[in-house]
Amino acid sequence: MTQLLEVDGVSVSFDGFKAINNLSFSIGPAELRAVIGPNGAGKTTFMDIVTGKTKPDSGSVLWGARNRSLLKMSESQIARAGVGRKFQRPTVFEDQSVFANLLMALKKTRGPFSVLFYRPSSEDADKVRELAGQIGLAAQIDRLSGELSHGQKQWLEIGMLLAQEPRLMLVDEPAAGMTPAEREHTTDLLKRAASSCAVVVVEHDMDFVRRLGCRVTVLHEGSVLAEGSIDHVTSDPQVIDVYLGR
Amino acid sequence: MGDTFLTRRRSTPIFLICLAVLVLVVTLMSEPAGTGAISTSFLKTLGKTLCLCLVAVAMDLVWGYTGILSLGHMAFFGLGGYMIGMWLMYERTRLIVAESLAGAPIPPTDGEIVSAIASQIFGVVGSSDFPLVWMFAHSLPLQLALVVAVPGLLALVFGWLAFRSRVTGVYLSILTQAMTLALSLYLFQNDSGLRGNNGLSGLQNIPGLSGLPQSVISLWFFWGSALALALGYIFAAWIVSGKFGSVIRGIRDDEARVRFLGYPVEGFKLFVFTVTGIIAGIAGALYYPQAGIINPAELAPIASIYLAVWVAIGGRGRLYGAVIGAAFVSLVSTWFTGGQAPDIDLGVYTIQWVDWWLILLGVSFVLVTILAPQGIGGLFDLATRRRRKTSTGPDAGSLRAPEAAE
Ligand SMILES: Nc1ncnc2c1ncn2[C@@H]1O[C@H](COP(=O)(O)OP(=O)(O)OP(=O)(O)O)[C@@H](O)[C@H]1O
Ligand SMILES: [Mg+2]
Repeated sequence: MTQLLEVDGVSVSFDGFKAINNLSFSIGPAELRAVIGPNGAGKTTFMDIVTGKTKPDSGSVLWGARNRSLLKMSESQIARAGVGRKFQRPTVFEDQSVFANLLMALKKTRGPFSVLFYRPSSEDADKVRELAGQIGLAAQIDRLSGELSHGQKQWLEIGMLLAQEPRLMLVDEPAAGMTPAEREHTTDLLKRAASSCAVVVVEHDMDFVRRLGCRVTVLHEGSVLAEGSIDHVTSDPQVIDVYLGR
Repeated sequence: MGDTFLTRRRSTPIFLICLAVLVLVVTLMSEPAGTGAISTSFLKTLGKTLCLCLVAVAMDLVWGYTGILSLGHMAFFGLGGYMIGMWLMYERTRLIVAESLAGAPIPPTDGEIVSAIASQIFGVVGSSDFPLVWMFAHSLPLQLALVVAVPGLLALVFGWLAFRSRVTGVYLSILTQAMTLALSLYLFQNDSGLRGNNGLSGLQNIPGLSGLPQSVISLWFFWGSALALALGYIFAAWIVSGKFGSVIRGIRDDEARVRFLGYPVEGFKLFVFTVTGIIAGIAGALYYPQAGIINPAELAPIASIYLAVWVAIGGRGRLYGAVIGAAFVSLVSTWFTGGQAPDIDLGVYTIQWVDWWLILLGVSFVLVTILAPQGIGGLFDLATRRRRKTSTGPDAGSLRAPEAAE
C-alpha cells in the first residue's frame, strides 16, 4: 500500500540542540495515528516540519501518490495540497464570529481575486452551520470566537480543520482544557474524521489515546522510540522508563 | 472588534448620508451657489480635507484592516499630485505661449511652441528642454492614466519585493519611510525633471477655464472630492465586508495561521498595498489642484507619519474612524497653525499655537494610543456594545482561555 505521507531521516537542530534526530514516520491515506512522548520530545516540531513552518537540516518529506516533496513548498501551498493543522495553543481569529472563522476555512479557491468576489452561497452557509452543529457550536455561531471557552475554541479549530477537507490532519493536543465529557466528544469527532482522511493526534492524556484505539508512535528526544498498539507500547520498558514511569 | 457585521452594514449608508448633507450645506453657504458664508479659501480647505479623508480610508485599509503599518502612503498621494500637475502646468503654459505668439507676423511652428513652453516651465532650473518624464504631459487622458499607473506600479514593485522576502512589522515601516524619503530627495534634485524644490505651481488655474472665477472652480473640486471620497468609501466597505475582509483581518491578527489555512498571504498583502496606493494617488490628484502647488517636501517622511496619526486618533479598523480622524485633526491643525487659535498668556510665557500645535498633537497621539486605542470612533461603540453585552460571555461553568491554558 502506498503511504500518504513519508517522512524519512529528518533532522533539525536549533542552535546546536537536536530537536528532531533522524526521524522517520509514515501514515496511510485513511489512518488514525496517535503520537505521544514527554515534553520536548519534538512532537510539535515534527508538525512544523510537515506543514512547512520549519525547514529540516536533512531528510525528506514526501507527499501523496506522486511523492511530491513538501520541503520545496510554502506553508500555504502545503495547506492547499491537503495538509491541515490544529495548533497546540488554540488559534482562532478572536475578533471574528464562529461563522466567519469556519467560512474562511471552508474548502474554496484561495486566491485574492476569487476571495474578493466570493459571496457565500446558501449551500456554503448550510455547510458551515452543519459543521458548527458537529462541533457543538450551533448556538454560538454568531458569537465572536474570542468569547468562547477554551474547550470551545479547541472545537472551533477542529471544525476549521474539518471545513478544509484535508487529506491529512495534524492535531496537536486537542483535548487540553476540556472537561471529560468534551474529551469524549472530541474522540468521536476525530475517529469519524479518520474514516475519510489521515489523522495524526498528539496527546498527553493516555485515557484519551486509549479511546482512540489506534496505532501509537512514541517520540523521545526527536526520534521514534516505539511504535505499535497501545498495549504494545505501554508495556515497552523503554517507554515506561522515559514517559509513563515518571 | 469594532467592525461587527451589524455596524459594518449600517455605518456605510449613515456615512454617505452625512457626506451628502455636508455637501448640500456647504454648497448652500458657498459664494457661487449660495449665501457666501463660506469663503473660497475655506471651501478649498474643505475640499482638500475630503481628499485627506480619502487617503486616510486607504491607510485604514492597509494598516487598520491588514495590519501593514505603511509609513509611505503619502508618497503615492504626492505622485498622484505630480502626475496631474504636469498636465495642468503644461497645458496652461501652452495656452499662454500660444496667445503671446499669436500676434507674431509669422505663425510659430509646433517646435517653436514646445520649446517656448519648455523654457517657460524649466527656466527656474536652468533648462529649456522637456525631460523624458514629460512625454505624455500634453495629453490629459494619458496623464490621468499615469495618476493611477505611477503610484500603482511603484506600490506593486515595492510591495512585491518587500512581502516576498517576508518583511513585516517595524522593518516594513522603516522600509516604507526609506522609500518616501528616497523619492522626496530624488525629486528635490533639479535634474529629476520635475523642477526640483520649486515643484509644480499655479495648479489652481485650470486650463480652458480661465474665464471662471476661483470660487466656482473650488466648488467643482469640492464636489469632485466628495464624490471620490464616497466612491472610495463604498469600495473600501465592499472590500472589507466579505470573506476578503475576514482574510485580511486574519492576516493582521495572525499571519501564520492564515497561511496554514492555505491562503497566499503575500498575494493578499500585495493586492491591498497596491490598491490603496492607487486610491492615495487619486486623492492626491484631486488635492493638489486645490492646493495650487506641489513640491518634494510634500513627500517628506513626516507626511506619511501624520497620516498614521490621523487614522490612529480617529480609530483604526473602522472606515468612518479614519475619516473622522483625518477631518478632525487636519481641520484643527489648520485652525491652530493658521494663527486663528488665541495665544495663551501664562504670565511668564505665552503659548503660541503655531509653535505648540505639534506638541499638542504628539501628546494627544500618545494619550489616544495608551488610553483609548479605539480612537474617536470608539465612542460609537459605547452605544452598540451595551446592547450586545446581554448575550456575551462564555457559558456558565466552562473555562475561560487563560484559566485553561495550562
Ligand atoms: N523555534 C525553536 N527554537 C529553538 N528551540 C526550539 C524551537 N522549537 C522547538 N524548540 C525546542 O525543541 C524541542 C522540541 O520541542 P517541541 O515543541 O517539538 O516538543 P513537544 O514534543 O511538542 O513538547 P510538548 O509536549 O511540551 O508540547 C524543545 O526542547 C524545544 O525547546
Ligand atoms: Mg508540543
